[in-house]
Amino acid sequence: MSESAIDLFAPAAHDSPSKNAATTTDGRRVSEPSKSKDGIALEPQSPLMETRGLCFEAGGKWLLRDIDIDIRSGRRTVIMGANGAGKSLLLRLLHGLVRPTAGEVRWQGRRLDRAARRLQAMVFQRPVMLRRSVRGNLRFALAVRGIGGSERAERETKALARARLADQADRPARLLSGGEQQRLSLARALSTSPRMLFLDEPMASLDPASTHAVESLIEQAHAEGVAIVLVTHDKGQARRLGDDLIFLHAGRVVEAGPVSQRLDDPRSPAMRAWSEGRLYLEGE
Amino acid sequence: MSDFGGILGEAAGLLVALDPDLMEIIGLSLRITLVSLVIACFIGLPVGALAGAFAFPGRSALIVLLNTLMGLPPVVVGLIAYLILSASGPLGPLGLLYTPVAMIIAQTILITPIVAALTRQVVEDLHLEYAEQFASMQAGKIRRILELMKDARYSLLTAVLAGFGRAISEVGAVIIVGGNINHVTRVMTTAIALETSKGNLQLALALGIVLLLLAVMINAGVMALRAFAERSALA
Amino acid sequence: MFGSSTALPSRRGFFPSIGLYPLLAALALSILMGLSSLAFAQENDSPFIIVQSTTSTRNSGLFEHLLPLFQADTGIEVRVVAVGTGQALRNAKNGDGDVLLTHSRIDEERFVAEGHGVERFDVMYNDFIIVGPARDPAGIEGQDDAPSALSMIADTKRPFASRGDDSGTHKAELRLWRMAGVDVQAASGRWYRETGSGMGTTLNIAVGMDAYALTDRATWIAFGNKGNHRILVQGDPRLFNQYGIILVNPDRHPGVKAKQGRRFVDWILSSTGQEAIASYRIDGQPLFFPNAKR
Repeated sequence: MSESAIDLFAPAAHDSPSKNAATTTDGRRVSEPSKSKDGIALEPQSPLMETRGLCFEAGGKWLLRDIDIDIRSGRRTVIMGANGAGKSLLLRLLHGLVRPTAGEVRWQGRRLDRAARRLQAMVFQRPVMLRRSVRGNLRFALAVRGIGGSERAERETKALARARLADQADRPARLLSGGEQQRLSLARALSTSPRMLFLDEPMASLDPASTHAVESLIEQAHAEGVAIVLVTHDKGQARRLGDDLIFLHAGRVVEAGPVSQRLDDPRSPAMRAWSEGRLYLEGE
Repeated sequence: MSDFGGILGEAAGLLVALDPDLMEIIGLSLRITLVSLVIACFIGLPVGALAGAFAFPGRSALIVLLNTLMGLPPVVVGLIAYLILSASGPLGPLGLLYTPVAMIIAQTILITPIVAALTRQVVEDLHLEYAEQFASMQAGKIRRILELMKDARYSLLTAVLAGFGRAISEVGAVIIVGGNINHVTRVMTTAIALETSKGNLQLALALGIVLLLLAVMINAGVMALRAFAERSALA
Repeated sequence: MFGSSTALPSRRGFFPSIGLYPLLAALALSILMGLSSLAFAQENDSPFIIVQSTTSTRNSGLFEHLLPLFQADTGIEVRVVAVGTGQALRNAKNGDGDVLLTHSRIDEERFVAEGHGVERFDVMYNDFIIVGPARDPAGIEGQDDAPSALSMIADTKRPFASRGDDSGTHKAELRLWRMAGVDVQAASGRWYRETGSGMGTTLNIAVGMDAYALTDRATWIAFGNKGNHRILVQGDPRLFNQYGIILVNPDRHPGVKAKQGRRFVDWILSSTGQEAIASYRIDGQPLFFPNAKR
């Protein structure tokens, strides 16, 4: 779809200074129509997913506040931020695993419902392997979606090939290595043909080779048209796998825009500190 | 009293001789225990799994109740079952008192809470691990329960085993509702109690060892199965 | 088998492949087995009666001697529930039992008077004895006066194991203490130990703690764990132990199998039954003496 210039976040997209910088830091999205660099107003394609005023509170603490983001079809979005910034929580809200305290999550302009959530899939940091064979894990995911018979067999075979685990199809899944398990959980997530895939630091505990294998699986899924939303701490990975970046700090979106641009030139004190590997303390 | 070697010898002798009375008693013990266990599992496994996997009103109360009932004294269970099954009790007309069915009922009351409470623990632990994945896949409630129980099957063996152990070894409940009638309701434990009261301590102890051997064999079999499952990362 | 499966983890093992269906099949099989097990309780369609009786009659082996004879004569199976006389009477008051064979005349007569039983008949007797450690620290051996033997035990505060379970033997014992003028309740927990158990268990305890005890002679003769205990006092007419038989009243308790129960009562009181009782001996000693009056 769009050129890289027209991006998720209108403010960041056309790079207009003062006002937009201010709005991004408090997480507000400017809702005026986007413009391309050469000034031609484009009809903004309606986002696949958006959040409006999303807040989450637990134990008297606001873990997420006023999150307004758009995610377009087929894009790769990277969510970054320090520990405790609310990245994983945001992912869970987007996937409908957690109910927001206020605000809403929309899918194709409508409230995220069960049917919409079926078009999403998620891979967790620690792969959840059912206590059965590799094939059994795939079969379970397909059975939940009511896929059976020859189609299920076909999808199983495809997923096994994708995870490069065809020769281990009948091994207990929990005997696989960490990398193999993560490959399987990705293939399992993709076996139900989602339109959007959430990944919560899926490579956090993998060695370089396994990381590379998982990265190519993500690339491949993206090439097949699946929108990717990835939480990661690895800047290199963010550049390799991301189009757009959302940077969270203390439960708010403090920066949003094209990955390289934001990583090269962080504007908010919080992201700058994070980028330099410093702890950022409020009021600095 | 005679030495322990002599008692072991007597126990071995009892088994080797395949004494028909002893075989009858062992057979009845096993049948009553297994039938109560099957019934207890039919009730206890689903109830425990529900309490382990879902939040619903009254769940905490149910868990407290199950954990409390786990420690119910067999004699109390026997008395309750007696009052229900007695000719002057609500189920008196069925004429079940002093039959193996009465013993099955008492033992079922006794071990269902054990199976349910331990199942709850096992399923809750597994559900903690699976919950997000299930939610992400949007697995339905019934499917969740079934899959949790399927994946927990080797751990649930422990719960089932605990129920078995309790049922086969208890005497207080079955002696009240069974009456320890020779050839009708006499089981291992009541036979041991009887021989003890006759002062035949050696025979009583030999019977006890036979009971122990039986329990050891069953436990060892189940544990081997579980150990295998653990090595295969299926448990 | 386990080892080989782990060695070849990629092969589909036997156990891990236990799916839901075989599991269900196994359950179904167990249910079938269970139902057949349930059936075996019912399949026993031959008529049977339940006799509520006492541990002394069962532990002595009398029933194993009598019942096959009765069954051969009549085809009726007798199932004996052996508890203390007090509990036997209470169970029968609930209608749980067809015939009572117990040994506490006063309670049995009250049971009939209250309408729970049809009529009470004397069946047989034996006697109570006082047993104790052979060295006899209270020095009661040879006493032919049971109450005074008990007083001596009380005076020397030697341990005495009582049934304490409201049984026929317990009641007989309490009568003897009253005759001796000893308030055992005051001593309960000290030298007077109430076991709350059957005769056999009480004897085991008495042997274990070197205590004296009152028991019926039949249980004592058949008892297998005598240790160093032996009979110290016997022969006092007040140690007489009468057994009675009662048919539970079918008008009061409709579940009672009156016809078969009556046949059992009649058989026990008949010359055949009475001779059968007389012929039961252990080591040549008769345990019960028939004394039915008809």
